Amino acid sequence: MSTTTTATTKLWGGGKSPFNVEYGKLMMWYFLMSDAFTFGAFLISYGTIRFSSNGWPDPNKVFSSYPGMPEGSHAPLVFVSIMTFILILSSVTMVLAVHAGHKMDKKGVVMNLIFTILGGLAFLSCQAWEWTHLHHEGAWWGMNPFLNADGTQSSTNFTNYFFTITGFHGFHVFSGVIINIIMLIMTLNDVFEKRGHYLMIEKAGLYWHFVDLVWVFVFTCFYLI
Amino acid sequence: MSNEAVLHAHEAAVHQVHGDHHEHHHHETFITKYVFSMDHKMIAKQFLITGMVWAVLGGLMSVLFRIQLGYPDAHFPWLQDILGKWWVQDGRITPQAYYALVTTHGTVLVFFVLTAGLSGTFANFLIPLQVGARDMASPFMNMLSYWFFFTASLVMLSSMFVETGPFSGGWTAYPPLSALGDASPGSKTGMDLWLIAMALFVISSLLGGLNYIATVLNMRTKGMSMTRMPLTIWALFFTAVLGVLSFPVLFSGFILLIFDRNFGTSFYLSDIFVNGVGALPNEGGSAILYQHLFWFLGHPEVYIILLPAMGMVSEILSTNARKPIFGYMAMIGSLFAIAVLAFLVWAHHMFVTGLNPFLGSIFVLLTLLIAVPSAIKVFNWLTTIWRGNIRFTPGMLFAIGFVSLFISGGLTGIWLGNSALDIHLHDTYFVIAHFHIVMGVASMFGMFAGIYHWFPKMYGRYLNNTLAYIHFWVTIAGAYMIFWPMHYEGLAGMPRRYYDYSIWESFKQFADLNRFISTIAIIVFATQLLFLFNFFYSIFKGRKVTQQNPWNSNTLEWTTPIRPGHGNWPGEIPEVHRWAYDYGKDGRDFIPQTEPIGADESHH
Repeated sequence: MSTTTTATTKLWGGGKSPFNVEYGKLMMWYFLMSDAFTFGAFLISYGTIRFSSNGWPDPNKVFSSYPGMPEGSHAPLVFVSIMTFILILSSVTMVLAVHAGHKMDKKGVVMNLIFTILGGLAFLSCQAWEWTHLHHEGAWWGMNPFLNADGTQSSTNFTNYFFTITGFHGFHVFSGVIINIIMLIMTLNDVFEKRGHYLMIEKAGLYWHFVDLVWVFVFTCFYLI
Repeated sequence: MSNEAVLHAHEAAVHQVHGDHHEHHHHETFITKYVFSMDHKMIAKQFLITGMVWAVLGGLMSVLFRIQLGYPDAHFPWLQDILGKWWVQDGRITPQAYYALVTTHGTVLVFFVLTAGLSGTFANFLIPLQVGARDMASPFMNMLSYWFFFTASLVMLSSMFVETGPFSGGWTAYPPLSALGDASPGSKTGMDLWLIAMALFVISSLLGGLNYIATVLNMRTKGMSMTRMPLTIWALFFTAVLGVLSFPVLFSGFILLIFDRNFGTSFYLSDIFVNGVGALPNEGGSAILYQHLFWFLGHPEVYIILLPAMGMVSEILSTNARKPIFGYMAMIGSLFAIAVLAFLVWAHHMFVTGLNPFLGSIFVLLTLLIAVPSAIKVFNWLTTIWRGNIRFTPGMLFAIGFVSLFISGGLTGIWLGNSALDIHLHDTYFVIAHFHIVMGVASMFGMFAGIYHWFPKMYGRYLNNTLAYIHFWVTIAGAYMIFWPMHYEGLAGMPRRYYDYSIWESFKQFADLNRFISTIAIIVFATQLLFLFNFFYSIFKGRKVTQQNPWNSNTLEWTTPIRPGHGNWPGEIPEVHRWAYDYGKDGRDFIPQTEPIGADESHH
C-alpha cells in the first residue's frame, strides 16, 4: 500500500474519476444495469411459464394485421417490423443529437431531438393501435382468445405477459419521450450553451438506447420465438 | 467537446459551491436543516431515527406474539383496551393478529430497520466522511431516497390501521395467499398497502444505492486509492451494488403480483380452490416462480443487511485492538466473493418446493462455498484482536458480540445449506434460530457497534458508558437465551408460524421453554428502551467530546471538526497518504491516513 509513485497519476488513486466520467453518467450506467435486471426478471419469468406450458399461440397468426389492411388478408409481423424500424431509426437520430451536442451545435441537437421525440411518439402510437386491435379481438389481461399453435386451448398467460411486458417497455419509451422533451426545452432555452456542454443529452441518449435495446429482446421473445 | 473539459467544468462548479460552504453559513431554516436536508450527515440521522422508530414497533410486535407463544392460556384484558378487539379478544391475541404481527415484524425488521436503518444510516454518514468528500454525489437524490423511505414507512404504518388488518401471509408474501384477496382478511387492503410500501422502498433503495456507488467510485479524495479505503467503505460499496442489482428483480416480481391481485392475470396462480368462493378460473401460472423472483432478491438481501455490519466491525475491532486489520486484501476479496455468491444461492430457500434434487445439489455446493469467505472474515477478525491492546469500549464490545453471533449463527447455516438436512429442518424453529442469530441479531449488534463508535462524530457528545455496558451484556446474554433453545425446538420438528403449540401433543413439552424464551424476549426488549433513553438523552445532555479524535483513529472522519458543518472540512479536503490501519506501527500507537509516509518508515 505504501508506494513511491504519486497517487495523482494513478487512475484509481483518488482525487479523480477512474472512468473519466462525472457522477451522473456513472449513475445512469448503474441505473441501466438495475433496469436490465428488472426486464431480465420479466423475460425469464415469461420463459419459465412459457416452457412449462403445454402449448403457446403462434405469433405469426396473432400479430398479422396492420391498420387499414384489406379484409381476409394475412400479414405476419409486418406491422411490428415497422414499429421496430421506427424505434431503431429514433436511436439513430439520438446518436446524431448526442454527436451534435459534442460539437456544440445547438441547431443539430434541436433538430435531431425533435426527430427522436417524433420517432418515440410514432412507436407509442403504433403500440396503442396494436393494443386496441388485440383488445377488439378479445385479448386483454386475463383474456386470451388465441388458441395454441397446435389448436389446443391456451392459458391466459400469453396475453398476460404480452401486455405486462410490452406495457412496461412502452412505459419506458413514454418516460424517454418525456425526458427528451425536457431536454429539448432545456436546449431551446440555452441551458446547455451556458453550461458549456451537452452532457445531459448524452445521459438521455444512454437511456434511450437502452430502451431500444430492451425492445430488441422483447421483440425477439414475443414476436419471433 | 472533450470529456476532460466536461469533467473539469463540473469540478470547478462543485468546488466553487463548496468554497462558499466553509467561509460562511448559508441561511438555513429549520425546514432545510432538519427536514428537507441535503447534508448527508443529517440524512443519515433521519434514516437512523426512523429506523429506530421501526425497530421499537417491530420489537413490540415480537413481544406481542411472544406473549401469545409463551403464555397461550393467559388473558390480558388491558391489551385489548390498548389495541382494540381486532388484535386482542378475551384478553388473547387473535389468530389473525398473530399472523399479522409475525408478518409485519419480519417485513419491518428486514427492510425498514436492517436495510434502511443500517445501510441508510451508515452509508450516508460514513461514505463521504471516510472517502474524503464534501457530500454525496447527488445530495438531492439522497434527500429523495430518505423521503421515499419515509413515505414507504407511512404507507406500511397505515396498513396497521385498516379494517381487515395488515398483510398476514408471512414476510416473504408467497402467492397464492398474497395474490388472492379472498384467501384471508390480511390479503385484502393490507396487502395492497404492503406492496405499495415495498415498491416505494425499492425506489428509495435504488436512489440511495446509485449515490453510494457513484460517491465511492468518483469522489474519493486525492490519494484515497481503492485499496486505501477503510473496510467500512468497501462493505458499503458492495452492499449498494447488491441492492442495485437485486431489488429490481423483486420489483418485477411485485409488479406481476399486483397484476395477479388486481387485473385477473395468472402469473402465479393455477388450479386453485378457495373455501367459500369455489374454484378459480386461473390456469397456467406458477407460485414457485414468485419464490424464485423473491429469493433472487431475498438472499442478496441477507448480505445487504450483513455486509455493512461486517465493514463497521472490521473498522471498530482494528481501532480498538490498536492493531492493523489482519488480511486487508483478503477481507476485500471475501466481501467480493460473498457479493458474487449472494446471487447464486437463492434456491437454497426452496429445497422443499419440488426443486429438482440435482439442481438442489448445485445450490448446496454454491451455498456451502459461502462458508469459505465467511470463515476468512471470522479468522481475520479473531487474528486482528489476537494479542491486541484491547480497549473495551461499548462499540468494541458490540463488535466482538457480532463476531460471536456470526460464528454461532453461521455454523447452523452449514446445516441448513445441505438440502438433505434442510428437508427436515425447513420451516422449523431451527431456521428461525439460524437467521435471527446470524443476520438479525448479529446485524443489530453491528448497528449498535456503529452507533456507539460514531455517536461522538454524529452529535459531538458521548453515550453513557454504564448504560451501554448494561445494554450490551443483557442483549448478548438475552440473544443467546432466546435463540439457542429454538434450535432444539426446531430439531424436534416444531414448525414456525403456528399460533398455539400447546394443542399439539408433539410440542406440548416445549411449553416451559417457550415461556422462558418469551420472558427473556420481554426483558431484552425493555433493555433496548434503556439504549433509546441513552441515545436521546445523550444527544442533548451527554458528555461533550473535547478532542477531535476521541478513539485515536486513523480514518478521515476524525480529521473534521468535532461538529462538522455541511461540507465536512472547513478548508481543503485532506490528502491521503496511507491505508487506514497503521496502528502500532514503528512504535507509534496510530498514524492517521493524512500523514505522509516517513523516510525511514517500515513497510507492512
